[in-house]
Amino acid sequence: MNNVDILAIETSCDETAAAVVRNGREVLSNVIYTQIDMHTIYGGVVPELASRAHVEKINFVIRKALDDAGKTLDDMDAVAVTYGPGLVGALLVGVAEAKAIAWAAGKPLIGVHHIEGHICANYIEHPDLKPPYLGLVVSGGHTHLIIVEDWAKFRILGRTVDDAAGEAFDKVARAIGLGYPGGPKIDKVSKEGNSEAIVFPKAKVNGSEYDFSFSGLKSAVLNYLNHAQMTGEEVRKADLAASFQKAVVDVLCEHTMRAAKDFGMREVALAGGVASNSALRAALARECERRGLHLSVPSPGYCTDNAAMIGVAAFHEYQAGARSGWDLNAVPNLRLGER
Amino acid sequence: MKIIALDSSGLVASVAILEDDVLLAEYSVNYKKTHSQTLLPMLDEIANMIGLDKESVDAIAVAAGPGSFTGLRIGSATAKGLGLALGKPIIEVPTLAGMAYNLPYARGLVCPVMDARRQQVYNGIYRFEGKCMTTIIDQRAIAAADLIAELNDMDSAETNEGVIFLGDGSYVVEPYAAESLTIPYSFAPPHLARQSAASVGALAMEMYRKGEFVPADAHAPIYLRKSQAEQERERRNM
Repeated sequence: MNNVDILAIETSCDETAAAVVRNGREVLSNVIYTQIDMHTIYGGVVPELASRAHVEKINFVIRKALDDAGKTLDDMDAVAVTYGPGLVGALLVGVAEAKAIAWAAGKPLIGVHHIEGHICANYIEHPDLKPPYLGLVVSGGHTHLIIVEDWAKFRILGRTVDDAAGEAFDKVARAIGLGYPGGPKIDKVSKEGNSEAIVFPKAKVNGSEYDFSFSGLKSAVLNYLNHAQMTGEEVRKADLAASFQKAVVDVLCEHTMRAAKDFGMREVALAGGVASNSALRAALARECERRGLHLSVPSPGYCTDNAAMIGVAAFHEYQAGARSGWDLNAVPNLRLGER
Repeated sequence: MKIIALDSSGLVASVAILEDDVLLAEYSVNYKKTHSQTLLPMLDEIANMIGLDKESVDAIAVAAGPGSFTGLRIGSATAKGLGLALGKPIIEVPTLAGMAYNLPYARGLVCPVMDARRQQVYNGIYRFEGKCMTTIIDQRAIAAADLIAELNDMDSAETNEGVIFLGDGSYVVEPYAAESLTIPYSFAPPHLARQSAASVGALAMEMYRKGEFVPADAHAPIYLRKSQAEQERERRNM
């Protein structure tokens, strides 16, 4: 078999990223320019600033990805890019850039779904993983429970009806003064806290047993803080963070385990930025082991946004014959399985 | 000397291919579709029409700003992608200078205006001696009322032949001009009144000959305005 090398570009949020991936498994290069420092003073990602930074950095990032791989554009079999979901202005930079490169270099263009990329990140380090399996994608913008029916075929079982899990982490971290980005900070401080200290409600979504809701939990945390402030009660940040984190992790695990049972899935794959949360990784590993399920989790570097995962997903789309036209547009609320 | 020129700074999407003194192809669309959907298909179309050998392109010209932030980025990212793939530099044409270049041989001042919202326009003021353009006032964002006052205050030697407005900011400027502009004024006809990649390319050809181009990697749009978040932050910290 001839090797298929794909140049992949990802600019859906606040990372400008490019990678070269071989045959959907082997990462030849993986370059990420993160803008976190720039957004920290605003307490979150500022879309206009993110878009501006993408335009400034994108060529350097792409060039480094090619250089690190020891490849030229001519060596590539296709150019892939995330076209949704994400911040529209940020997505547009990557999409316009990728289209122009593919057009000028005479290469096929492949638009990739960001969530599909997150799931596919698992193929990089787990060579035995193959469909069908159950995927849980948890990040700052997404919370999805998915059945991966085939390499490029997905079925959504559940999603968040309000805040993404990572969004709840950010908001709670801000409320208790931990700052941005909230996920890693809550993870860290929780290690010194008692996760049983406070019992927060677990939201059920009416009529949809696999959907998630995190805005009620977030409000419960804020109410707890307000109440403590009014009564002059001291709040142990570490306990609060640990208890909140446990409430999120429990609901993610419960839904995933129920879906695994209901659909007879033996393989579970975790993905997305929140997949690097140590409590979530530990809890899912424990629950999977108890039930004899096999769990795949990408290493933290492949959990957060990166272009390698887009290159992996693009390979499977490429094999399935998917090609995008020069009119490819950014689709900020693109749904999985749509093209 | 072959140039691909792009302008997606405003409502018009426009692409052109020029070779020395010849305009080989131009394609402009002034319609609702987003530039993301139109710009590259348009370029592909004209490139096919003229059988363009992409390797023969010497530089990419882009209307570099000001303009719609998103529109500018689509043009800039497209230009940067072309520049990266073809190994060619970018000629950053100031959007308003490119627009003014629609009207060579004009007598009087050429005053392109783009709607910058909140009764402001992006504007620069230019003058032609034959086809040679000089910049009287460099591009900036200015309140429509202030632009009219500024024109009224200019030396009469500068303004005695009047002023021609062009661009989608004409609607913003028109009521102010009608009320208080004291020099003769007119508005450019429809075929000359909007961004044109042919004009961008023609001006770019002049700039290229003077060595005014940058590596594709280094190019970024000229926004003229900070982001809302930065403006608010500065206001809070004042």
